[in-house]
Amino acid sequence: MTSAALRSRAWKVLEMVTTPLLPSDYLDLVSPLRAGADLRGRIEAVHPETGDAATVVIRPGRGWRGHTAGQYVRIGVDVEGVRLWRAYSITSPTDRQDGRVTITVKAIPDGKVSNHLVRRAKPGTLIQLDQPTGDFVLPQAKPAKVLYLTAGSGITPVMGMLRDIEFDDVVMVHCAPQPQDVIFRDELHGLVADKKLRLTEVHTDTDGMLDIARLGELVPDWAERETWACGPAGLLDAAEEHWSEHGVQERLHTERFRPGIVVAGDGGEVTFSATGRTVDADGATPLLDIGEEAGVLMPSGCRMGICFGCVTPLKAGAVRDLRTGEITEAEPGVLIQTCVSAAAGPCDIER
Amino acid sequence: MTAIDPTAHLTAEQIEELGRELDAIRDEVIAGRGEKDAAYIRKVISAQRRLELVSRGVLLFSIFPPAWLLGTAGLSVAKIMDNMEIGHNVLHGQWDWMRDPKIHSTTWEWDHVSPSEQWKHSHNELHHTYTNVIGKDNDLGYGIMRVDEDQRWHPFHLGQPLWNFINACFFEYGIAAYDLELGKNLHKRRRKSPEFRARAKAVGRKIRKQVLKDYVIHPLLSGPSFLPTLAATFTANLVRNIWTHSVIMCGHFPEGVQVFERRSIRGETRGRWYLRQMMGSANISGSRAMHFMTGNLSHQIEHHLFPDLPSNRYAEVAVKVRALFEKYELEYVTGPLPKQVFSAWHKVFRLSLPNKKPKVKTPDREQELVAA
Repeated sequence: MTSAALRSRAWKVLEMVTTPLLPSDYLDLVSPLRAGADLRGRIEAVHPETGDAATVVIRPGRGWRGHTAGQYVRIGVDVEGVRLWRAYSITSPTDRQDGRVTITVKAIPDGKVSNHLVRRAKPGTLIQLDQPTGDFVLPQAKPAKVLYLTAGSGITPVMGMLRDIEFDDVVMVHCAPQPQDVIFRDELHGLVADKKLRLTEVHTDTDGMLDIARLGELVPDWAERETWACGPAGLLDAAEEHWSEHGVQERLHTERFRPGIVVAGDGGEVTFSATGRTVDADGATPLLDIGEEAGVLMPSGCRMGICFGCVTPLKAGAVRDLRTGEITEAEPGVLIQTCVSAAAGPCDIER
Repeated sequence: MTAIDPTAHLTAEQIEELGRELDAIRDEVIAGRGEKDAAYIRKVISAQRRLELVSRGVLLFSIFPPAWLLGTAGLSVAKIMDNMEIGHNVLHGQWDWMRDPKIHSTTWEWDHVSPSEQWKHSHNELHHTYTNVIGKDNDLGYGIMRVDEDQRWHPFHLGQPLWNFINACFFEYGIAAYDLELGKNLHKRRRKSPEFRARAKAVGRKIRKQVLKDYVIHPLLSGPSFLPTLAATFTANLVRNIWTHSVIMCGHFPEGVQVFERRSIRGETRGRWYLRQMMGSANISGSRAMHFMTGNLSHQIEHHLFPDLPSNRYAEVAVKVRALFEKYELEYVTGPLPKQVFSAWHKVFRLSLPNKKPKVKTPDREQELVAA
């Protein structure tokens, strides 16, 4: 018998010992970061960067496969007892010796996870991790000239790149409201002093928004540079248009944060994605009834919100609890009780 | 269905107002759910797992009597925790709001021979929706007992104290049979329905795994302590079964608890549904440890009003619920465990004998009693 087969047989015996739980349920008690466990990380420190941004140092579990500079990681954090998932760029270099990784988070107004991480997260806390992912990375072959165009927290994936690989000729244009809002400012200025970076800070409170049409005044040879841009959608839209107009769009690489924003309204178009049916729903009819009327096979139970026999994944959009008025937005792993939930805008129910 | 309706003094408006007041209590708890509650259930789960591990570890040496005693006691408590404060409540969706896939009603499996999925249907859906409605809620007497004067007496009922005792000892198997609706489904044609066969198979699988674990694998691991470990696991299962059976009997059987006719729930409003839960359940009074070991089902009234609120909140909810009982001049049935257990058993004995026929009878009613 091969060692793999032996291991799997030993595991089967262990499963018999621990049934109806799994051996991992017990192992998690003592070693949540071990190899083979669901990927988790432990927050080891939180360092403030600016008034509303902080770097979170994470020790990932043994299953962590490592990242490429510029990539992001999705993390699941328990905020007020509720597990919420968000994506953050990794800001640590790929060759960090102590095995830890960092993300740098800017607290956005009303941002549940970002405010929690910046202001309340405690060392020692376990978080859930996904493997790092994302195409916003540097190429294998070193470009001769590089431009980093960033704004606000858009600097985070680029910082991961700056810390990872040195180029001969790097220019950075970074926008932030005021000097004290520039995340990693000391480190950036250190790179400038060492002549490893040419930096232009645009302070939008005093200088106004960056006009991409006048980028040439700040970086005359911008069109010859391989460019990585990250920031708000407005900046990236303008950049894409500008690069296209000059026929150099292949030199521009962009990364967009926070794509779809859910607008919670009253009723909307409901898609039952597994069945492939789409119907209009008002804001007062339970989604269970909507689905059944549309001929979708819906799990059901008490029809009054007490038995949890109808819970179904909400893949996109938002729903309103008909009892409390509470809005639930789609996130990975979110299940809703269809018998007491109505559409609060377009949504996708996995049935 | 007692001769005098204890809710007769309430007007329809009052009942709806009562419903709104209960909704407000529920909303307040939901708005306040948070980190502390999440930490509570995680702590309980982790403590249960540690206790079970340690107890099973000690039982490896159960050939020594003190180890046997200690391990058996620990395992009994661990099994009770698994079934009551954790399993029952997680499967009610009380912790689904945490969005932790490991502590969720859709993924949880418990140390019990009835698979979670089937138990959720018979318990959450049927029992909790149709609480104490004769003919709809089979928890009333579990189909083997007569628990109300209005139910028709049959000589079979003479033996019900014995049936109830046997059911208590092997309660988890009773529940599995009950979830399968075995009595009804063993009839010729139903036995062959693919749906029933699939469910029966699932129960068989679960029983096999549970029995293999408790009565084969763990005793074998104990080597020379094989027999003592076997006896210990049997004892722990027995203790757990008798304990959960007692707690559950106290929930709906004691004197003072009302049962309802099927007709009475036609077009039932939210207020009336709440009222039925209030009148159809009974509490157990006692210490915090007592509440914990019953999985907070000692707060059965509160649990039936709000089956999806986290169990650690029932104690604070109980204070407000009790005030509403007083305000609306309703009887809050509660008492210490021995009193409630005695009361429930007393009823089982009393109703094993025939009583005077109820006065009011309608054809509709007659049918229900037969069905029940």
